[in-house]
Amino acid sequence: MIMPLYGLMAEFTNPADLLQAAQKTSAAGYRKVDAFSPFAIDGMEDALSLHSSKISYIVLGGALVGMLSGFGMQYFSAVINYPVNVGGRPLDSLPAFVPISFEMAVLFGAFAGVVGMLILNGLPMPYHPVFNVPEFKEMTRDRFFLCIEARDPKFDADMTRQFLNSLRPERVADVEA
Amino acid sequence: MSDHTSLDLMELRERLRASNGKDYWRSLEELADTPEFHTFLEREFPAGLRAPEMSRRRFLQLAAASLALAGIAACSPTPPEQLVPYVKQPENLTPGNPQFYASAHILNGFATGILVQSDTGRPIRIEGNPDHPASLGAADIFAEASILSLYDPERSKTILHNGQPSSWDQFDEALSKTLTASPTGQGIHILTPSITSASLSDLFRLYIRQFPNAQWHQYDPINLDNVYAGTKLAFGQAVLPVYHLESADVLLSLEDDFLFADPGRLAYTRAFTDRRRVHGENSTMNRLYVVEGTPSITGSMADHRLALRSSDVERFTRALAQRLGFAGAAPSDIPDGWSRWLDALADDLKAHPGTSLVTAGMGQPPVVHALAHWINATLGNSGKTVTYIAPLTTEAQGDSLRSLTGTMNKGSVSALLILGGNPAYSAPADIPFAAALAKVPFSVHLSLYEDETSAACAWSLPMTHDLETWGDARAYDGTATILQPLIQPLYETRSSLELVGEILTDKQMDAHEIVQTYWQNATHAGDFDAFWRKSLHDGVIANTSAATVNAALNDFSLPAAPAAASGLELIVRPDPSMWDGEFNNNGWLQELPKPLTKLTWDNAALVSPATAQSLGLNNNDLVTLKTSSGSVQAPVMILPGQADDCVTVTLGYGRTKTGHVGSGTGFNAYSLLVLPTWFADGLQIARTGGTYPLATTQNHFTMEGRDLIREGTLVDYLQDPQLGYSAPELPSMYPTAPTGEYAWGMSIDLNACVGCNACIVACQSENNIPVVGKEQVETGREMHWLRVDGYFSGDMDDPQFAHQPVPCMHCEQAPCEPVCPVGATVHDDEGINQMVYNRCVGTRYCSNNCPYKVRRFNFFDYSDPDLKILNNPDVTVRSRGVMEKCTYCVQRINRAHSTAEREGRRIGDGEVKTACQTACPANAIVFGDISDKTTQVAQLKAQPTNYALLAELNTRPRTTYLAKLTNPNPALASDQGA
Amino acid sequence: MAADQPASPQTSTPYARIDDRISSFVLRRSTPRGWLIGFGIAFMLSLGLFGAIAYLFYTGVGIWGINIPVGWGFAITNFVWWVGIGHAGTLISAILLLFRQHWRTSINRFAEAMTLFAVAMAGLFPILHLGRPQYFYWLMPYPNTESMWPQFRSPLVWDLFAVLTYALVSLIFWFVGLVPDLAAVRDRAKSRFAQIVFGFLALGWRGSARHWQRYHQVYFWLAALATPLVISVHSIVALDFAYGIIPGWHGTLMPPYFVIGALLSGLAMVLTIAIPLRKFYHLEDLITDRHLDNIAKFILAMSLLITLSYATEIFMAWYSGNQFEEFLVQNRALGPYAPLYWLMISCNAIMPLALIFKRVRQRPLFLFIIALLVNVGMWTERFVIVVVSLSADFLPSSWGIFVPTVWDIVMLFGSVGLFAALIFLFIRFLPVISISEVQEEAAQSAEGA
Repeated sequence: MIMPLYGLMAEFTNPADLLQAAQKTSAAGYRKVDAFSPFAIDGMEDALSLHSSKISYIVLGGALVGMLSGFGMQYFSAVINYPVNVGGRPLDSLPAFVPISFEMAVLFGAFAGVVGMLILNGLPMPYHPVFNVPEFKEMTRDRFFLCIEARDPKFDADMTRQFLNSLRPERVADVEA
Repeated sequence: MSDHTSLDLMELRERLRASNGKDYWRSLEELADTPEFHTFLEREFPAGLRAPEMSRRRFLQLAAASLALAGIAACSPTPPEQLVPYVKQPENLTPGNPQFYASAHILNGFATGILVQSDTGRPIRIEGNPDHPASLGAADIFAEASILSLYDPERSKTILHNGQPSSWDQFDEALSKTLTASPTGQGIHILTPSITSASLSDLFRLYIRQFPNAQWHQYDPINLDNVYAGTKLAFGQAVLPVYHLESADVLLSLEDDFLFADPGRLAYTRAFTDRRRVHGENSTMNRLYVVEGTPSITGSMADHRLALRSSDVERFTRALAQRLGFAGAAPSDIPDGWSRWLDALADDLKAHPGTSLVTAGMGQPPVVHALAHWINATLGNSGKTVTYIAPLTTEAQGDSLRSLTGTMNKGSVSALLILGGNPAYSAPADIPFAAALAKVPFSVHLSLYEDETSAACAWSLPMTHDLETWGDARAYDGTATILQPLIQPLYETRSSLELVGEILTDKQMDAHEIVQTYWQNATHAGDFDAFWRKSLHDGVIANTSAATVNAALNDFSLPAAPAAASGLELIVRPDPSMWDGEFNNNGWLQELPKPLTKLTWDNAALVSPATAQSLGLNNNDLVTLKTSSGSVQAPVMILPGQADDCVTVTLGYGRTKTGHVGSGTGFNAYSLLVLPTWFADGLQIARTGGTYPLATTQNHFTMEGRDLIREGTLVDYLQDPQLGYSAPELPSMYPTAPTGEYAWGMSIDLNACVGCNACIVACQSENNIPVVGKEQVETGREMHWLRVDGYFSGDMDDPQFAHQPVPCMHCEQAPCEPVCPVGATVHDDEGINQMVYNRCVGTRYCSNNCPYKVRRFNFFDYSDPDLKILNNPDVTVRSRGVMEKCTYCVQRINRAHSTAEREGRRIGDGEVKTACQTACPANAIVFGDISDKTTQVAQLKAQPTNYALLAELNTRPRTTYLAKLTNPNPALASDQGA
Repeated sequence: MAADQPASPQTSTPYARIDDRISSFVLRRSTPRGWLIGFGIAFMLSLGLFGAIAYLFYTGVGIWGINIPVGWGFAITNFVWWVGIGHAGTLISAILLLFRQHWRTSINRFAEAMTLFAVAMAGLFPILHLGRPQYFYWLMPYPNTESMWPQFRSPLVWDLFAVLTYALVSLIFWFVGLVPDLAAVRDRAKSRFAQIVFGFLALGWRGSARHWQRYHQVYFWLAALATPLVISVHSIVALDFAYGIIPGWHGTLMPPYFVIGALLSGLAMVLTIAIPLRKFYHLEDLITDRHLDNIAKFILAMSLLITLSYATEIFMAWYSGNQFEEFLVQNRALGPYAPLYWLMISCNAIMPLALIFKRVRQRPLFLFIIALLVNVGMWTERFVIVVVSLSADFLPSSWGIFVPTVWDIVMLFGSVGLFAALIFLFIRFLPVISISEVQEEAAQSAEGA
């Protein structure tokens, strides 16, 4: 019987090996590759040649929207919609509108960033094929995994398994879809 | 629901009335089981059911709950057919538009003309009657606060016979039995306070004619005995002096607090302050010398004030008289300190023949009065600055009470009817009146409250409030006024008139009938109805002011001059808020900060800083005051300006039987009072070791060198009207003033303000300002929208006083507004700093940021929902947790707006008067439109002495002040700090 | 600790050791007695707070000692104090992150938690202190039939926005930091319940390289935003006073002065918690003497800056020649509240000077005592600023004295109790130290070696 396969996963015991493996894998021309580690590993982005993400722009956008809406709200209320003489101050007492505009910028920026991160990462995602690998539980503790997905054009169950074994992992496991 | 209860009560009353004697009790027992009766008792006598430790505030809330029901209960006997349903509106009555009725408030028998504001049949406020000589439109605190007594839920409501509920019928029965027992009136005595009511006096005359052996006594603790005795000595006849301060250039007050204690107080204040205004072309001022033992508001207005023990005033006066030519008057030993003063004073008086005036205080012995009259006569002041009229009250009231007590003790008084007053409490220490009452078989007390006297009498009868009944009274100059009722009696009560009428005719009499008949006979006016209507409308009866009697000096000789007193001296004074104790249960007056001390809810033993030091006393120290006549425990208060080696106590406190408002306040100074003079030597003072908290609304009385009250002498002013102050227009980055149709503003003349507090009470009743109780005042939470700050300046042993009324300044660039997070306080285009109660969330930032600290906060639920019958319907009642403050009486402005709009015109100058302004006897407060340069307020603000408080903050207040001016005698100039 | 066996009995790597230890605090079955006692006390105090709040709502703010002129008393003092404490967490996790101060890693987690709880306490008081707390939401702009708006010129509205923003940003900052560790705990958890709860909270984190990349970017940005935010928040709190015209409030010095004070009190609170924590859980190897030493140095620096602020305040009063300001300074130092002023000086300006000496910095006990003193001193400073300034302003006639009532005191200590209770719960149920970051540290040091 043929199990539908999500990909093959190699297990390592330390970040250095994983990094090396990742470099070799992408060198070997695999593209649908992902690495899993309990903490971020320096150089992994390059190893897997990931493009820089758009988070920064999302944060900037959110901040701008926050600032403008904050300022707009104050101006609208104080000058247009609800103009009252407050202590003889001018209606458009702009300096007084700065603090709230700033706070709104920070608030929106931060939320935009986090929400953006979650969306791009496709989180929350309680189920994922990699969890089917029993050893994967140990990832968050001290295990390091490299996974080549089946949808990679270059993927071939046996070839790829061989290739992974050539990286001297602890073990290579099938990741059931 | 209330209807339902009222039905129960009507039924209950009927059953009570129907039954008498034994079955009365049975019926009561039956009733006692019914739930209605329980609720009835509960509401009718809440005091009995209240825990003693409950605070006054709490009590006011609860007790007032009885009000609604009690009112209904009282009205219920009125036959239904007389109740006119309010379906068709009576003409000249528009709900929402208050109506004003002229009447009078009576204090010690003397009338002050008032206008009572009635809102849809409900009297809610009292203002002065401009047509009345003793009011001239102003009102004093007692008149203003009397409206609260009218609605006081603790007023006496039921007839008590030996403490048991009884009924009028039973009393009438008992009374006629007693009267018939002695046809000549032998052993029948009537005791009243001072009476100036013509109709009542007339009844008494008839009564004496009918019962020749009956006796009528009059007694007030604060009486004119010394005045009459003094005139007797000087003129050989008892007369009553009437002063004409308007024509006096130099005044000398010999411990005479004529701005407060004299029956003519309001008129005198007006005349006195008018002569101190130095505006425009008028560049003259009167000059006031005051010699007194304890600082009074009159003393606070003095250009030269000499603090002397009251007993020294006589020796001072003698010395002065000697200098003015009264041979052999002066005592041999005159302190060197006085002579410079005396010389300057004598010269000044001599220099103003006919335009000077010397007055003597009620508490001073006859000799001082006599000498004062002698000086006035020799200086040619008689007939100019002072005239004399026949006495309006009885003489020698003290002696009268003494003799009555004597007869009572002899057991030869069979019936004593006490109509008003509270002699059991207010009898001097050396007259054991209360004890003697026990020896009187048939003793009756007709009174507004169940007080000490009611408790000591067999019968305690509820008295009708002056606002509920008809009557008449005379003012300090003899002018008569008719009192008209503003409301049906709230309870089953009778007035003195009705009771005396009943005694005479042995049947119930109607006050209206009595008063009208009297005046019908008294006046020979052709058209009586016209006369009656006019008199009621004007609040004065035309041409009734007393004729002046010419008092010729008879050369009199003086008793030997008293030796210089030694040791401590006791001075007794009427209390600035409680007077003689009559207003003891009045929350407004209890919480009114007394002038100079700012003390509330208590009286204190006032001592000078030097004396306190020498005796090792501090504020709040509890001491025992002991004289030959008695002793009392009192808390000490140090008051600069008090003469050394004397202690001043005020009357009216330490009541043993009074409402919950007054109970537990202060100590009873009557136990030290010995009439006729208001001072006594041989005072012993000892610290008990304990302390007693005194609640004052101001704790710091020096200006810390800050420019708060601008002051200068007349001479300075004439040289530099700015008094050396420059008022540069400070620059501002903000847009200029609000540009409405009107620009409301206020000017307060510190030169006129005498610190009488009338404005505070006026504001309180106009704006539904709650009473918060002593504990809250101690914490610093009094609610008065308008306060009168008092400052001492100069030498603490001989200070100068200044009063500064501080309402909301309505700053054009108000610091309170920008800090409010919800915009609950904002500006309108007429420059009023408005408070939106409904929007307020209570951050209190506005108050923190108010440099004048005029904002008040409802820390608790202060408002009395149950006293709403007294509330001004035009003013919101504030709930817990909201800020409030002076609104410039915006409700009055809005009324003027709508009237003016309806009539298609601008609001005229003086058309809007704030409550404080109407009350002020000195015309110190002027309000109006400052954008129109012709208005009075605009012109006052144009005065060179006009200045804004804390101007350096550039808040641009709409309320500004006129600097205070003094007119010191150059010969004494160095005395003054100014 | 030894009692808790690693999840799998393999040859355990350094990463594993870290992971096991930290997650074991959370996953252990038994609850240590010390924890129970501490939490019990804190909980009692919290109950006191809740009782006081109930009575407050029933009766009104009159139960406090506040009056006219002193309209703000303990409530606002507590508010400012708590907000200040809330600043250290963000300082440590954000600012130190930006400055690549790696020693932060093992203390930032609970510092952040402390921030959250402190801000929660701070958020409580402005609402409680309202005369009509039921209407606190009127400060927020929301559509309403009256088309009423808040009055945006009021610093109190700025304050609301600032504190709310700060609370929310700190919350997500903290949560984002937690996610990988929640995943770790999820994987260690044995009980089904724990697995479900932590699995839910971990959002299905699987440590993918792509995730790590975005994760780090957003974490960096959060730090970059939180840094100016933390400065702005206490500056705005300072504006609550500086915006007023009351002597002692009205000054451009206030914002920096407040921020410094905030950091001082915050760091002091970090020490107050860290020292017992590491002692009790034997974390000396994670929260090392170096950590304490660094924080101590920070406290010293802040204390010196505060001293400068005090001096500046006095100088400005004299230099301005403004009689009201001059009087204020006198009144603080010699007036009715003088003892508090001197307590403040000694706790904030003098005591911390001891930290100059390494020997003191190396003795946790001394550090702990000094930290406590600074906490007290900073509260006193807020009180001096709020109450003493109000008690005697422009018109001598309206000067007044504020005397706290029992309710004032109950609420102050109640809030401390509630804060402590929350900290205890956090220590018990969440990883107090960032597993992934410590592991990362270990990795980097391994490379370094």
